[in-house]
Amino acid sequence: MLTVGVVDYGVGNIGSLSRALSVCGAKPLVTDREVDFKIVDACVLPGVGAFKDAMDLLRARNLDKILEDQILAHDIPILGVCLGMQLLASKGMEHGEHDGLNWVPGSVVPLVPKNRERIPHVGWNNVEYDAPNPLLADIPPGEDFYFVHSYHFVAENPNHVAATTPYCGDFTSVINNGSIYGTQFHPEKSQAIGLKLLKNFIRIAGEF
Amino acid sequence: MLKTRIIPTLLYRDYGLVKGVGFDSWRHVGSLMQSIKVYNMRNVDELIIVDIKATGDGRTPDCGWVNDFADDCFMPLTVGGGVISPDHVGKLLDVGADKVAMNTAAYEDPGLVRKVAAKYGSQCAVVSIDFRRNADGSLEVVTHSGRNPRGTDLAEFARIAEDSGAGEILLTSVDLDGTMKGYDLEAIKVVSDAVSIPVIASGGAGCYDHMLDAIRQGGATAVAAASIFHFTEQTPAEARAHLRKAGIPVRRD
Repeated sequence: MLTVGVVDYGVGNIGSLSRALSVCGAKPLVTDREVDFKIVDACVLPGVGAFKDAMDLLRARNLDKILEDQILAHDIPILGVCLGMQLLASKGMEHGEHDGLNWVPGSVVPLVPKNRERIPHVGWNNVEYDAPNPLLADIPPGEDFYFVHSYHFVAENPNHVAATTPYCGDFTSVINNGSIYGTQFHPEKSQAIGLKLLKNFIRIAGEF
Repeated sequence: MLKTRIIPTLLYRDYGLVKGVGFDSWRHVGSLMQSIKVYNMRNVDELIIVDIKATGDGRTPDCGWVNDFADDCFMPLTVGGGVISPDHVGKLLDVGADKVAMNTAAYEDPGLVRKVAAKYGSQCAVVSIDFRRNADGSLEVVTHSGRNPRGTDLAEFARIAEDSGAGEILLTSVDLDGTMKGYDLEAIKVVSDAVSIPVIASGGAGCYDHMLDAIRQGGATAVAAASIFHFTEQTPAEARAHLRKAGIPVRRD
């Protein structure tokens, strides 16, 4: 059974994510300790709340460095969820400009209504893509996932955009850069289709 | 396209699932845990779960209890009842709530919503507004499970909530709650027009057409309902099919 590290930095819905990973056949390890990240097969970065606060909390536990040394440097698959995905960006523009982890070049900016859409974007919306991606295996384009957010990821490199979602124009809902993945939606809250995506992520980790 | 949500509301006190009429005459309608499991299996869009006695009893949210039901439930949860500090919100998010509803405390202390939005983001800050329609037709905010009229105009408070950083408004008509006579469409329209955040209509749904009216005429972003699901044979899945037939975007089954 694969061990998936769930980054514990005091932000985010760790309970549902861990439980979802168990149901999908992995062993979740909720931790902030470097020794644990040395042995995990994959890693999930959760996150809820404000960009700067979350980055401050990661740094306060030295997790930015630990994840870079133990996950990024070894190409261990990582999945950022919601704010966790946004933290992978170079910078966040929420309440001022703040540095992110800079693992996927890009910035996190507010959703801006194009056609009187209400912000935040709350609810189920479709995830669309052209090129297949292992994270989206057996998930046809157009499936609905659960979103709850006011900011979105703008990737510098269009090749890092794995899927988009139509709201305020099209925003990036799945990113992928090598072994780094991120979803703006909450797979752990998206019922059966969300669990399928998490199983795909675990399979990616198993094949690594 | 963003789908219109159909949200069962589960009210509980003393860990039993209840439903009243006009925020009174509470009837026990089953087990909360069991209902959550059933709705989870049936793939409802979201659940609103509120401890209706918490504020009255001066209690804070029971996070252990929320943890119990959230863990097995891979669906969106909005949790409320007794939330009076940003810490409560943080703890509820930690145990699996996606959004936290604040009612009485949000009215008495707009600073609470501001702090929650700053720390955890507007997306999780739901301001739950209960209102009554007065004899002269004015719409008045009420708090403390509908018992305390506050003399504040509904639209005005909705705007204050949005300005404070609320990410969503859960709008409940106390007069129509539990009556199954239909939502207060005018009030929904007034609030939907007043703010640019999502508005969940609540209070009065008795049939699927009431939901359609709340969306079409009221401009609601989502519809919440309780009695219709507790006391009739109607289901969220059929509601979804009904709305789909009427051209409203809803999730696939």
